[in-house]
Amino acid sequence: MAIAFHVNGEPVSTEAAPDTRLIWILREHLKLTGTKISCGMGVCGACIIHLNGEAVRSCTLPVSAAEGKAVTTIEGLSRDRSHPLQKAWIEEQVPQCGYCQSGQIMQAATLLAANASPTREEIIRHMDGNLCRCGTYGRILRAIERASKEG
Amino acid sequence: MKTNEQPARDESTYSRRTFLKTAGAGLSFAVVFGSWGVKTFSAQGSHAVRASAFGAWVKISTDGSILIYNPAAEMGQGSMTALPVILAEEMDADWSTVRIEHSPIEPDTYGLSWGRGGRGNMMTVGSRAVSGYFTKLRLAGAQIRRVLLDNVARRWNVPVAELTTEPSTVVHAASGRRITYGEIAAFAEAPSELPDIDESQLKSPRDFRLIGHSVPRHDIPSKTDGSARYALDVHVPGMLYGMISRSPVHDGRPASYNEAEVHAMPGITTTVTLDYGVGVIGASVEEVIKARTALKIDWAKGAPAETFDSEASLAAYTDIAGGDRAQGRSIAQQGDAPAALRQAAKRYEADFFADHVYHAQMEPLNAVVSVHEAGDGAEIWIGTQSTSGAKEAAAQVLGIDTARIMLHPCYLGGGMGRRSNSDYLVEAVHLSNAVKRPVKLLWTREDDMQYGQFRPMCLQRLAAGVDARGNVTAWTHCVVGDGGGLLTSGIEIPFYDIPHQHIELCTVSHGVRLKHWRAVGHGFNKFAIEAFLDEIAADQSVDPYQFRRQLMRDAPRALKVLDTVAEMADWGGAVPAGRARGLAFGERSGSLAAGVAEVSLDEASGKIRVHRFWCAVDGGIVVQPENARAQIEGGIVNGLSSALFERITLKDGKVQQSNFHDYPMLRMSDMPEIEVQFVESYEHPSGLGEASLPVTGGAVANAFAALTGKRLRHLPFSPDRVRALTG
Repeated sequence: MAIAFHVNGEPVSTEAAPDTRLIWILREHLKLTGTKISCGMGVCGACIIHLNGEAVRSCTLPVSAAEGKAVTTIEGLSRDRSHPLQKAWIEEQVPQCGYCQSGQIMQAATLLAANASPTREEIIRHMDGNLCRCGTYGRILRAIERASKEG
Repeated sequence: MKTNEQPARDESTYSRRTFLKTAGAGLSFAVVFGSWGVKTFSAQGSHAVRASAFGAWVKISTDGSILIYNPAAEMGQGSMTALPVILAEEMDADWSTVRIEHSPIEPDTYGLSWGRGGRGNMMTVGSRAVSGYFTKLRLAGAQIRRVLLDNVARRWNVPVAELTTEPSTVVHAASGRRITYGEIAAFAEAPSELPDIDESQLKSPRDFRLIGHSVPRHDIPSKTDGSARYALDVHVPGMLYGMISRSPVHDGRPASYNEAEVHAMPGITTTVTLDYGVGVIGASVEEVIKARTALKIDWAKGAPAETFDSEASLAAYTDIAGGDRAQGRSIAQQGDAPAALRQAAKRYEADFFADHVYHAQMEPLNAVVSVHEAGDGAEIWIGTQSTSGAKEAAAQVLGIDTARIMLHPCYLGGGMGRRSNSDYLVEAVHLSNAVKRPVKLLWTREDDMQYGQFRPMCLQRLAAGVDARGNVTAWTHCVVGDGGGLLTSGIEIPFYDIPHQHIELCTVSHGVRLKHWRAVGHGFNKFAIEAFLDEIAADQSVDPYQFRRQLMRDAPRALKVLDTVAEMADWGGAVPAGRARGLAFGERSGSLAAGVAEVSLDEASGKIRVHRFWCAVDGGIVVQPENARAQIEGGIVNGLSSALFERITLKDGKVQQSNFHDYPMLRMSDMPEIEVQFVESYEHPSGLGEASLPVTGGAVANAFAALTGKRLRHLPFSPDRVRALTG
């Protein structure tokens, strides 16, 4: 039985086993590779996507849980890097290796969607589940603050 | 306009001074270097230039766009921007027209002149990219500029000495004429021999327009929209997926496994027996995951590591360091340290320990390999710190020449030293070779951690003697552990004037995998050295800053770095209640760094909180200050993370941790405010990627001692250890 849902506004369906993790459908079936796999157990945040607007870890989510819902990946956040967070990320020169940054941006986007002017403490609380091995946390913080001002 | 998007076969068969003339309309002009032979060549239309076949550094198109090849791995350290900046500086290129691509993997042309018997090696390690390529790229840029000037001088019939350049433009001030590099490319001819340029003809650093002035990093926009390509993102037609179940004990061999059962599972193409594991290949990731989970492997007994218990072994290192018989290999020797210790007015001794540390680069290891059906060639997509080494490793597995290997370098989702080894590529070659189809080999996080190659655990035994006037006269340092040179990096103290020194390594062997980690041995060695010095200073009732000033009184560059950080942190000034500060100094990759940490302690939990960290660095000329700052910040975060949280233990030869839930790392809520300052310098650049990491452990331990009076002597300073100390 095909599982149908939307990704970045486009209808998709998959015949994959329902317990297949959503990330493999996105990355290997749909070739939307901006979403990254890192821990595979939902503790690092690299795989964060939006499911009906909520930040969700796609590495642990079975694709069946996406049925009938709307998935947004980093590729769908904007079509032209025009999201205020993407602009701020470039302005603050945030990424180093860059591998965690899709997840960071997708996580941050749900904060700004709910709270246009978060405090520093609110940002830290919201972002604390996202690991960055290169140590870009300070720049991520500044970029979110910039986006909240300029967005 | 884009040209040459797809590099051609990346092995040059052309002699080094081959010369082809540009001719015809709409052609690109290319200045190309193979070991300093310049070549220009034409192609049929500007889209068809296949510069890589010639080993190009630079290609100037008639539209003025300038393609510069980057020879280094891009793992987040920014070399892909910094190296082209160096070349563009001397070339006087208009940076807004510069495009950057990975160079072909030709170590003879693009390598640094170490390894392979001096023939060059494309390996991005040890913070060497900018420092290693700096002069080479400046000379290349200057030679290209000179070729352009000579062409204009001929064209306008003016002495070349009357010509100057502005960004991508040649100017003849006397006649007011100007011509762009793109316009020159339309008619230029190149000499068969490069013009001689020596270092005296290079720009004065005071005239730099690009070096020392930050440009946005080339790779960053693509890292904000998901388009940056890592090897794990590659899809090749007909590609299969592979995973491997590896021996939980290093060097353990699979004796037997349920091959028929796994082979029959849905989507599974085949299984492959490897020396230390069993590979599963199939049509989809999800099917391969299921099949690998279903593998039941009997492992042969007898691997050397199968009785290894890291905690017990580390504790037993004290017997080795304390042994009467000199088992150690001398690393540095000066004066007569034993005699000086005997004669000292006061002697100090302390043992410091460090646990294994894991790289934890965010992108788990992976590679895509397509071995040709006849087995006589292969195509590789990989993120590796060692591109030329990867080609050689793949060629060796297949028993073919490296010329038959096409390697596409991808971005690295972190290197940290792990990705200079080609082990994961060799695995992928074996899998692809078994099916003669493209295979994407995936490692899970658990694979990456449990089959990790760790920064070695070790014991540092230090002793020092101080004379009646408070001068340190004797210094002995013995490091005990497995890993040879991994243990001795950073163990010397070249900036401290101590007349009698004996520094040695005592090696043991546990049969486990060990590897370079960011800053290698500097992390634990500088921690031990700086914490020990702090302890002596405290006992001598001397301020630790002044104590170090005295020791490095004859090292002005080091002194400047130390003084700079003291000024930044207002050393000796007021510190917020409940906090204290600690200082440390260290040198790495030719750069000098000093750090001050300001910490507090949550006594109930035993958690150390680092609130602020100041870091002063002398790295010579800083090519890209903003990115260099990011590297120093990253090194501090990595260093603090390892010093506060990170610990791998092995029992019965098996790694006890498996993922980020039981291998905690620094998160945003743990971040200190970081202040970085570079000491102004016109010295040759030195490495910055690792420069700050060595000072983190010592600065935190010394701040903790200032706060509590207790000495942390075991990395990491995890809450359980802190509680045991302060309890």
